Amino acid sequence: MQELHERLLACLPRLRRYARALTGDSASADDLVQDTVERGWARIAQWRPDGDLRAWLFGIMHNLHIDNLRRSPPPALALDDGDLPAAPSGEPLGLRDLERALQQLPPAQREVLLLVALEEMRYEDVAATLDIPLGTVMSRLSRAREHLRRLMAGQPPAASLKVVK
Amino acid sequence: MNETELQAWVDGRLPPDRLAAVERYLADHPAEAARLQAYREQNAALHALFDDVLDARIPAPLHPPSPARPGQANAPAWSVAAWRRMAAMLAVAVGAGVIGGAAGWTLRGAGTDGAAGVMASGASQALAALPRQAAIAHAVYTPEVKHPVEVGADQQQHLVAWLSKRLGKQLRPPQLANQGYELVGGRLLPGDSGPVAQFMYADAGGQRLTLFVSSGQKQNRDTGFRFAQEGNVGVFYWIDGSFGYALSAAVGKKELSQIANAVYEQLQPN
Repeated sequence: MQELHERLLACLPRLRRYARALTGDSASADDLVQDTVERGWARIAQWRPDGDLRAWLFGIMHNLHIDNLRRSPPPALALDDGDLPAAPSGEPLGLRDLERALQQLPPAQREVLLLVALEEMRYEDVAATLDIPLGTVMSRLSRAREHLRRLMAGQPPAASLKVVK
Repeated sequence: MNETELQAWVDGRLPPDRLAAVERYLADHPAEAARLQAYREQNAALHALFDDVLDARIPAPLHPPSPARPGQANAPAWSVAAWRRMAAMLAVAVGAGVIGGAAGWTLRGAGTDGAAGVMASGASQALAALPRQAAIAHAVYTPEVKHPVEVGADQQQHLVAWLSKRLGKQLRPPQLANQGYELVGGRLLPGDSGPVAQFMYADAGGQRLTLFVSSGQKQNRDTGFRFAQEGNVGVFYWIDGSFGYALSAAVGKKELSQIANAVYEQLQPN
């Protein structure tokens, strides 16, 4: 039990980094980490010792995050000009604008991109963590990267391929 | 070429037997190559943006409830011993493979209570950040074909004067011809504690290495060579006075250590 406790502690920095990138602010991120650790510790008996503890905890965090999104829709932007995203101007954006662009991605794309690019998980592990098929991981990853590239290049996202009747 | 393989190329997860075919395809399709290069830069930029969180101290409310330990009823969840263990784990997680000295140094720093411990811990975090920043800068700029440097080696005098002025120190890029590397040029980068100079070298086969010179390392004491592995990039780094140096390349540790020795010798004042 003591050893498990230490292994869980060792996952904390990475859970925090992922939550920070996912939610876009440190207060929400730490709330999410706290909920994840509490739920993980309460259900530690359900974790198979031969499994990957980190992937299991990230799965718990994913479920909590989805619950949070369902419960409270994202807040409307305050009408403070300084906070409004810059209109696409054709100018490339700097690193500090990456975070804002990241928050403009649909949450499902953002999760896959962060698990692959930041957390450096294998695609199969991302599929298991998020409980989605591998093909869905790859298509979300591809769309997230292209979406982000266009945002960072100051271009509008590619038109979605909705069929309008 | 299917998109899954292209994505795997971005993440360095392509099976080795497919690498040549994908790279041939990219050589023939510059627009695709530029798109995938942008994705690689996204990966590096996301690390640059968020990896600081790995270094940050964990607020107490986030710790999991302490498990019951025989003979230690009501043990505080975050004892000094736990903090030492955490510091050791952080050193491993932060350095992502920092071996030897750095972990021991962090442990010594965290083992002291009070202000001295906090200061040592801050300095060790800055030290641990050096190889990662160098590796990120290496990963971002070495793949550049057209603009790997801001000022090329053909304007060496200007390059040296400019970077020396910005870093407040007379810099001399080491000559690494004996090691098979020629200076390509250099660029100026922002760092946590001030401007950073990056010198880039290439060998005849196009293998690139970078020397990262960071100013404002006052809080650190001098160190010997440390080695960190960041993905496929090996980094030798050391502190000398108020400057931090990091030599990065995707070559073996032994080869890199020989080059690092040559760099170190040439940086010593005569």
